Amino acid sequence: MQVEVRLFAALREGRFGTQRLELAVPCPVRDLLQLLSICEGEVFLCLVNGQHSKLDRKLADGDVVSLFPAVGGG
Amino acid sequence: MSGYYGTLVRVNLTTGKISTETIDRAVAGKFIGGRGLGTYYLKKEIDPKVDPLSPDNKLIFATGPLTGSTMPAASRYMAITKSPLTGTVASSNAGGYWGPELRFAGVDLLILEGKAPKPAYLLIHDGKVTIHDASAYWGKLVGETTDGLLAECREPKARVLCIGPAGEHLSPIAAILNDKYRAAGRSGVGAVMGSKNLKAVVVRGTGKVAAAQPDKAEALRKDLLALIKANGVTGQGLPTYGTAVLVNIINESGIYPTRNFQTGVFETANQASGEALKEKYLTGKDVCFRCPIACGRYCKADDVEGGGPEYETLWAFSADCGVSDLGVVIKANKWCNEYGLDTISAGATIACAMEMVQRGILKPGEVDGPPLQFGSGAAIVEWTRKMGAGEGLGAKMALGSYRFAELYGVPELSMSVKKQELPAYDPRGLQGHGLQYATSNRGGCHVRGYMISAEVLGIPEKLDPHSIEGKAKWAKLFQDLTAVIDSLGLCLFTSFAVKPDHYRDMYNVVTGRSVTTDELLAAGERIWNMERLFNLAAGISPDQDTLPKRLLKEPLLEGGAKGKVHRLSELLPEYYRERGWTPAGVPTEEKLAQLAVK
Repeated sequence: MQVEVRLFAALREGRFGTQRLELAVPCPVRDLLQLLSICEGEVFLCLVNGQHSKLDRKLADGDVVSLFPAVGGG
Repeated sequence: MSGYYGTLVRVNLTTGKISTETIDRAVAGKFIGGRGLGTYYLKKEIDPKVDPLSPDNKLIFATGPLTGSTMPAASRYMAITKSPLTGTVASSNAGGYWGPELRFAGVDLLILEGKAPKPAYLLIHDGKVTIHDASAYWGKLVGETTDGLLAECREPKARVLCIGPAGEHLSPIAAILNDKYRAAGRSGVGAVMGSKNLKAVVVRGTGKVAAAQPDKAEALRKDLLALIKANGVTGQGLPTYGTAVLVNIINESGIYPTRNFQTGVFETANQASGEALKEKYLTGKDVCFRCPIACGRYCKADDVEGGGPEYETLWAFSADCGVSDLGVVIKANKWCNEYGLDTISAGATIACAMEMVQRGILKPGEVDGPPLQFGSGAAIVEWTRKMGAGEGLGAKMALGSYRFAELYGVPELSMSVKKQELPAYDPRGLQGHGLQYATSNRGGCHVRGYMISAEVLGIPEKLDPHSIEGKAKWAKLFQDLTAVIDSLGLCLFTSFAVKPDHYRDMYNVVTGRSVTTDELLAAGERIWNMERLFNLAAGISPDQDTLPKRLLKEPLLEGGAKGKVHRLSELLPEYYRERGWTPAGVPTEEKLAQLAVK
């Protein structure tokens, strides 16, 4: 199965903006972070298909995961 | 005197009479300062039904008791008046250095009355106020006016607040600018200043704002600086990327209003995001007085440079107009700063006009400038300039989106509440924030109760943005706390890191008072109710507590909020109950007695 990972702000630095990843089995977002060497503490917000999600959310084929560090404003 | 907050200077521009009064200590305690105290005087001194652009309206500049103090991010002042855009109370907030300088000059509140017989500016130098001829500056842009006045007054360290041509032309979306790039942007406060023939207020002060309890204040300042630095939002996100870092979060959530709120996903948002701004255009920071957060940007595109753009500005000219080129956004932002236009209302009005062209309502033959087509960078730059200059169709657009669309019989295409343009979050995917839009005392606004904090960012706790449960209570809390922060003279962004008890502590150590957090929040509620009473007396009926029909009836078609509309009819009765108002949205006698406000 394939998921699309989008990284933003400081999480991009030294990594990537958008990447498609092949996963052997459905796994939670937490495992994806491990795969990408991203500490959980770095992730402030996680969206899966535009929905706010916890890191234990299990990913399905075609999911879009958007990860943000601490940001805010307005 | 340490912790003193109580000097009011009154200038009658018609007669030239200048007087100084002492603010009653009990009144200052009841309404805190800034937004609260300024609104108290406005409500007390003007007929709420007054024509906002007549000499009978007043324009009040109100600092808070913490403005200019050593507390973090204490840079704010409020411009309070009756709004020519909404007909409600207007209280527009700005940072920079002008507000603190006013306090250093010994003035806490400045009330401007009447209308000068010819263009004038005020010079305030350590409490001494003089009125001067500003004929040479009338018609001039903000940058030239600021530089010219600093030279004329021979006060290079003075701070200048002024209007641009948009305020002179009485555009209901005209802003007041200070320090060139900081705007008391919303609700047309610049037009009220223009209607008084007042071009500028130049301030120089050599005093300081000393705390009543200096040792405690210093210890608290250090604690709060550490807290702000350790917080991810105020310590890393905002300092590094500025407010525009929100673009991608809001867009990925499917609530980034695009092409006049026709969708919530802007396909090229990433090209016009805070990250892209930092990579390609950022040249420095535009930091407010004593601010440890330093979110302000300074950007350059070709030969155009200046402060901004902020998130809301960037959105208004980018996604809302379907434009991906940040270079032209920087140029449109610059015209807003120079002509003195509110960036949200200006961009949103162009977006509305673009939809009117898209729908064939506005005919290409009437468009005496670049075609008003979604995606056109040339259009956003030139139409901003034309609105600022009041040229051709631009003069009509400078009335704001509601009045402009109304001229063509389609006011429903204006994405506004109480005629003020909505900011950069689609309420169909944010039930609490949408309720806040509908009930804001100054019309469409994100900073009367920034529910994005809880519904998107998870501060102070994460709320499901699509749920309506508990949202009325949250909206009330956010609104009351914001009224406190605005009245203290602090930047709202402190609230990402600072808790209500800290606001209490700051207020107490600086003023020497000893209030509780509950008392402070009750003052916030008092201020909110007072604003509501002003609006009701001004003829703003509770049935204006609503949202554009599109947001109530037409579900979003894509993204994280697909299929959603805003459920205002379910939320509003609960909100009125939480407020202790009648089902018709009027504060009850019991509530007003409890808050000791009338």
